[in-house]
Order: sequence, then C-alpha cells, then structure tokens
Amino acid sequence: MEKEPIFSSKNFKILTEPLGKNNPITVQVLGICSALAVTAKIKPAFVMALSVTIIVAFSNLVVSLMRKSIPGRIRIIVQLTVIATMVILVDQLLKAYAFDVSKQLSVFVGLIITNCILMGRLEAFAMSRGPWESFLDGLGNGAGYGLILIVVAFFRELLGTGTILGYPIIEKLGLYSIGYENNGMMILPPMALIFLGIIIWIQRSRDKSLIEKQK
Amino acid sequence: MKDFSNKYIFIFSIVMVAIVALVLSLAATLLKPRQDKNYEIEKKKSMLESIGIFTERTETEKMYDKYISGSFTVNTSGEIIEGEEPFDIDLGEELKKGANDQKLPVFTAVTDDGQEVVIIPVDGTGLWGPIWGYVSLKSDMNTIYGVTFDHQEETPGLGAEINTTPFESQFTGKKLFENGLFVSISVLKAGAAPSIDHGVDAISGGTITSKGLEKMLKDCLGIYEPYFTANKK
Repeated sequence: MEKEPIFSSKNFKILTEPLGKNNPITVQVLGICSALAVTAKIKPAFVMALSVTIIVAFSNLVVSLMRKSIPGRIRIIVQLTVIATMVILVDQLLKAYAFDVSKQLSVFVGLIITNCILMGRLEAFAMSRGPWESFLDGLGNGAGYGLILIVVAFFRELLGTGTILGYPIIEKLGLYSIGYENNGMMILPPMALIFLGIIIWIQRSRDKSLIEKQK
Repeated sequence: MKDFSNKYIFIFSIVMVAIVALVLSLAATLLKPRQDKNYEIEKKKSMLESIGIFTERTETEKMYDKYISGSFTVNTSGEIIEGEEPFDIDLGEELKKGANDQKLPVFTAVTDDGQEVVIIPVDGTGLWGPIWGYVSLKSDMNTIYGVTFDHQEETPGLGAEINTTPFESQFTGKKLFENGLFVSISVLKAGAAPSIDHGVDAISGGTITSKGLEKMLKDCLGIYEPYFTANKK
C-alpha cells in the first residue's frame, strides 16, 4: 500500500496513524454500517476497502484543491457532490474496463456514498489542509478502514463458512469429521459488531491513551 | 473559511453542478459502447455456465459460437414465432405483459458429451434487487442439465450464495415434472436429500432470496410449460 516515502515524517504520520492510533473504525467509530454489511466474506471486504481508499483519497484531493473557494455555508453539499461524482465515475469506469470487479462492487456503491468516513475526512481534514497531505490522509484512512474490515471478515468467513477466500480450509484439515461445525451466527451482521467490540477492547487495553478520562 | 456573498454562492453552485453534469454525461456517453459490450459478453458467459462451460471473458464469444447451436422465440402456447431476435428479449419485461403478448426466448446448445439441451432464461426478485439466471434442460424437457444464477445486490455470504457452485450444482438432475404435471423446484429450508427430485437446500441466512429464487423458477419455467410438453423427447 505505502510507496517508499519521499515525504516528511509528519506526512508519514498522517498516512500511518489511521492504521492504529486514529483508526477510522475502532477509534473514530465511523463507517460501522458498511463494516457490518460487507464482512461476511473476505473478498467483498477487500474490494470495498480498496474502492473506499481510492475514493476517499481522491475526494480529499479534490476538496482540498477547492477548499479556498468553497463557501462555508454550502460546504457539506459541495463535499457530497464531489463524493457522489467520484463514486459514479469509478463505477462507470469499472463497468467499462473491469467488469468483474464492478460486479463485485455493485452492491457497495450506494454504501460508499453514505460512508461516514468520507464526509468525516473531508470535513475534518481536507477542508483545512493542503492537497498532498489530504491525499495521504485519504489513503491512510482507507487503509485503516480496510485493515479492520479484512480482519473481521477473516474471522467471520473462517468461523461462519469454514473457508478463507473461498478455500475450504476446515474441510481440508478434516475438522468436520471429528465433529466440528460452522457457527451459522457468524455470517449474520451482529457478529461483526461483536468482533469490532473485541478489536476495540484489545486495542484499548494495549494503548491506554485511547481510554477517555473518567469525569 | 471566509464568508462569501450570496451571489458568489449561487454562481459557485451553478458552475459546480454544470461541471459535474458535463463530466458525468461525458463519461456515461463515452463508456456506453464498452459497457454494452460487457453486458452482452456477460449474458453469453452466463448461458455457457448453465451448461457447465466456464470461460474467460476474452474467450466467451468464441465459445458461445461453438456451443450455442441456435435460438428462437416461442409464445405462451409453445409455438415458434418468427421475426424476433431472442438474444435481445428481456424476459423481465415480457413477464409484465399479458399472456398473449409474451415472447419467450429459447436457446439450444450441444454440450461436450453430445447432448442436445435447451437453455431457458429466468428472471425474478431477491431480497434487495433483481436476480436472474439460465436453466438448461435435457431433451426430455424435464431433467435439469445445469443452472446458473446471478444477482445484483444480494448480501455476500447470505443471499449472494445463489451464484456459487455448491448451490447451483444441487440443481443438476432435478426434475420439473411429476407424472406429467409441472411442479418446478422448491428451495427447502430443512435441507433436501440428493434423492429428492423437486427440491434443493436453501441458503442459511438467505431465506428471502431463496424464496425469491423458488418463485422465479416456478413463474419463468411455468410459462414455458406448453413448449416443454409439446417438445419433449
């Protein structure tokens, strides 16, 4: 994902912080709805992660370039227009040049537009920072989002359907013959929330600075 | 953030909308021919999958010409009607029409093991959106040779399982008729033993999609019933 850095340590931090300390899902708690929907299998989670990364990075870039001329009173509408345009363009291009990917993606196009991470990053970051930083922030947040998605999807697919990327690992290991059964609940959306909870728990117990002060 | 005048805001919005509209319509127009071609290949690819031929997109057209031996259109009484291009008929649209106006496409193919099969399109609704597919029948117009299903927006891991091989392969060998009566194929929640002629296992967590699929088969194959009865061997 990260290219060999020609950027400063500050920019590098912008790119990597969303992967851990400032993760869009587990710390900023954005994009939860789509995390529930697409994590039953690894492959759609990956496609979703990739498309969100591309779209958030480029929307950040465009909004950041326009930021000085966007009137404050209609900025949300402008941001939404940029995101929607970007999503439609990506969708159209995929349909023309990467039809199989677009078939995978079709479900998620609507979800990308409503993904809170996009609006969140545009509003919190791109509206006040330069284009290059914003672009990196978009890449970082997309990757941070994708990381969590893929981790959750890995466990849900493994425990729910007994496969990894469609490969029937449990069957090959012969666990079914000794009485192992797939947990059907794993493929239902609530389990994604429980997994997210566990990830947040682990992350907070390792990094105490994330825990809010008791009032 | 500076405060801008109302006039600026109006002009800004109008210019922005105009640019966006221009970009999007340009993209849509320029990319349309390629997209249409992709849809056509996709359709041919699905048809081939229903007779067990899996192709790469680049190979699809060649294989289609090799395996698909013919196509024609029938009406709801099972008689062939002339002057229609079966490939361009959208079954979903036909289903909305009255029984007398429905035009039903039929495709014939010769499989690798030399069997003559007919390929019938099916079209229905899942949980979130349209589902569709192709069913190929052996020349007795009763035994299923193979099926392929696809969907637009069913949930991955749940309803979307209808287009996976484990689900689709259950249909092979199932029968549409029982003692000459059309009974179609049911999707059974409790599971179906391979010996059951008219049922397959439903998908856990995909009940509504499964039911939609069952209805799709019943509706779409049902209107072909006169054709099947008249042409069985």
